Amino acid sequence: MIAEIGHFALILALAVALLQATLPLIGAQRGDPVWMGLSGPTSVAQMVLVTVSFAALTHAYVTSDFSVLNVAQNSHTDKPMLYKVAGVWGNHEGSLLLWITILAVFGCAVTAFGRNLPPGLKARALAVQAIITVGFLLFILFTSNPFERLDPAPMNGNGLNPLLQDPGLAFHPPMLYLGYVGFSMAFSFAIAALIEGRVDAAWARWVRPWTLAAWVFLTGGIVLGSWWAYYELGWGGWWYWDPVENASFMPWLAGTALLHSAVVVEKRDALKAWTIFLAITAFGLSLLGTFLVRSGVITSVHAFASDPTRGVFILALLVVAIGGSFTLFAFRAPNLKTGGLFSPVSREGALLLNNVLMATGAGTVLLGTLYPLFADALDLGKVSVGPPFFNSVFVPLMVPMVLAMAVGPLMSWKRGDLAGVLGRLKIAIGLSLVITAATWFLQGGSAGPWWAAGGMGLAAWLLLGTLVDLAERVRLFKAPLSDSLARAGRLPRSYWGMMLAHGGLALFIAGATASSAWKVEAVQSQKIGEAITVSGYTFTLKEVKDVPGANYLATEGIFEVTKDGKFFAEMRPAKRVYRQPPRPTTEAAIEGTFLGDVYAVIGDKDVVSGGYVTRLYFNPLVPWMWVGTLFMVLGGLTSLTDRRHRIGAPTRARAVAQAAKA
Amino acid sequence: MRRFVLAAMLMVLSAPAIAVDPSEMLPDPKQEERAQDLGKGLRCMVCQSESIEDSNADLAKDLRIIVRERIAKGETDDQVRKFVVDRYGDYVLLKPPFKASTLILWVGPFVLLLAGIVAVFGFYRRRGTAAPAQPAPLTPEEKRRLDALLKDGQ
Repeated sequence: MIAEIGHFALILALAVALLQATLPLIGAQRGDPVWMGLSGPTSVAQMVLVTVSFAALTHAYVTSDFSVLNVAQNSHTDKPMLYKVAGVWGNHEGSLLLWITILAVFGCAVTAFGRNLPPGLKARALAVQAIITVGFLLFILFTSNPFERLDPAPMNGNGLNPLLQDPGLAFHPPMLYLGYVGFSMAFSFAIAALIEGRVDAAWARWVRPWTLAAWVFLTGGIVLGSWWAYYELGWGGWWYWDPVENASFMPWLAGTALLHSAVVVEKRDALKAWTIFLAITAFGLSLLGTFLVRSGVITSVHAFASDPTRGVFILALLVVAIGGSFTLFAFRAPNLKTGGLFSPVSREGALLLNNVLMATGAGTVLLGTLYPLFADALDLGKVSVGPPFFNSVFVPLMVPMVLAMAVGPLMSWKRGDLAGVLGRLKIAIGLSLVITAATWFLQGGSAGPWWAAGGMGLAAWLLLGTLVDLAERVRLFKAPLSDSLARAGRLPRSYWGMMLAHGGLALFIAGATASSAWKVEAVQSQKIGEAITVSGYTFTLKEVKDVPGANYLATEGIFEVTKDGKFFAEMRPAKRVYRQPPRPTTEAAIEGTFLGDVYAVIGDKDVVSGGYVTRLYFNPLVPWMWVGTLFMVLGGLTSLTDRRHRIGAPTRARAVAQAAKA
Repeated sequence: MRRFVLAAMLMVLSAPAIAVDPSEMLPDPKQEERAQDLGKGLRCMVCQSESIEDSNADLAKDLRIIVRERIAKGETDDQVRKFVVDRYGDYVLLKPPFKASTLILWVGPFVLLLAGIVAVFGFYRRRGTAAPAQPAPLTPEEKRRLDALLKDGQ
């Protein structure tokens, strides 16, 4: 019954979305305030209906209602509650439902927070959001209905893939989707602005916080996935340039570029057409990302062709959404009035350079991800595009970008002074050269990879450049300390946000470079009592025992780890075998230190020697990566709380005025 | 959501413990290191996008052993790679070779970057001559809202 309510709510939501997609648009064209005003109530109704539907599916999972096909295929009574709930979005149908639920919530947020938006812009943006919703609802209702019944209902379900039964991965999809769908805000407002034919600072001021919020979620989602891969897959790697990873990385690159170009629109009234283009691209790549992963096209073109209804629907949706918006862009963008002038050497110029490199980076990842599909479809032969390709093409593109990142924030708007800025950065230049040389010396020259010293130097350059900017702004050592602190307190939060994000990226670069260059690994068959030393840490295997879990049996190895003869930690990596579906997973044991992670994995018993297969690692500076990305997310959040985004709320002023009267 | 497809594929495959088995490893650490470097560039043919060094699949294990046997025999990296490619085709290389069918892949990023740079140069040249546009005058509706907002603030 509840499943049918969910299904019915989705159908009603489609009807409401059709209204919301048409009437406000017509109303805005005619200047009819009543029709435009319909966008508000319809977006609220939409949110309520889709939420009811999502709640119905969640209910089916929580109560393990196996008469619902989707639940029977993806759940099991033995699963802990967290993974029953996470199972809702751990499959194709449910994840699409989550997608539109988030979309509906965002639409409702426009209505709730957008009281002071120009009514035409708001009506059109909400109509565009509804058009997206219509496309997704049609897709769900006709090809991927999560509420399909199964008769007779099985006694129990098939269970969720054990690899996915992990807290990191339970929250990974919702975070990613909040990011993907968050870019729909920038997209809808971009399309609305194209229809209206104008983009101004007010537009950018509205779009920026939403883009920033989407960016924060997407960054968080990607990091969560990467972190999961790091501790769950048990190889000490954290990024594989896997098509599924790339699918989320492309919108991130485009979204990061959008974030920066929107600054130029808001502050300088320039780069408008480009910003609109990026808004469309960021969301287009989000759509592509969702579908690349969901359609199975990545595995093979043939898997995609074997289920033609879904495949064709997806292609049609992508063509209409992306093709349609770029066509509109081609017609309307030339009419966008250009605003403030700036010289190539200026803050705007630096941001534009960042944008070109970011966009090229996104294009490269797109090309590398889709090329095998095209080659296969066009009979050019089967090609693999793996990490070596991306490392040799993408990484060099990011080097000039990071070089410019330290310089950009010190430039003035309109016309900058490159020589002057480099002069102010001379300490940073000197120190990063010293760090580069020191790294080269410490790794024993050509004994380590040639790029490692460059990577560490680059990280140092970005971090020092960022700190020099901060020091100048607070007049550190030039004014009394109390004065500097007062200045620091007065800096806008959006500035602190940038500091944190740029500094975080510097830490990330250092961690990524070090862990790729100097990872130490030992794989062996280890007997109980045997000691193996990796990077100065001695791992003694004390005991191996079976530990039962909720729906699995774990084989746990207990290591005593010592460093320089002193006790360092007891580490307990495990290997789990799940009951339903019966499959093993590895649970690495990780002990973080300032200089890197001590990492241990235990495998099967070696029948020949009687020992256990163990993999022991020292992963240098990996914690820096996670801390760095955490800083990036915190930077985004700090910037979101900037005063700029809080002021200018007329409703609040009115409330205060009324309170004063009373 | 990431690696879901990989995970789905793992369901089909039986997964024995963890990738590289100590029994496969070559006694000479120099040779083993070469084998690992080589293996990182070779695709596990039945996986989504893992190298043979990272994969649990039986096929990857077989290929790892082949690579190590060849290295132990004293073949160079290129000889080993050629042996594998002759059997499995270019698909096995994670870094696709530069040839006619992969021209777009390798040249594409540079074309994109060049196009971006040209576009930016064009933009600056046009901007150099064009006068900055005046903002459009307010429409009556906007005037009304501005007045309302100004009144609000008082």
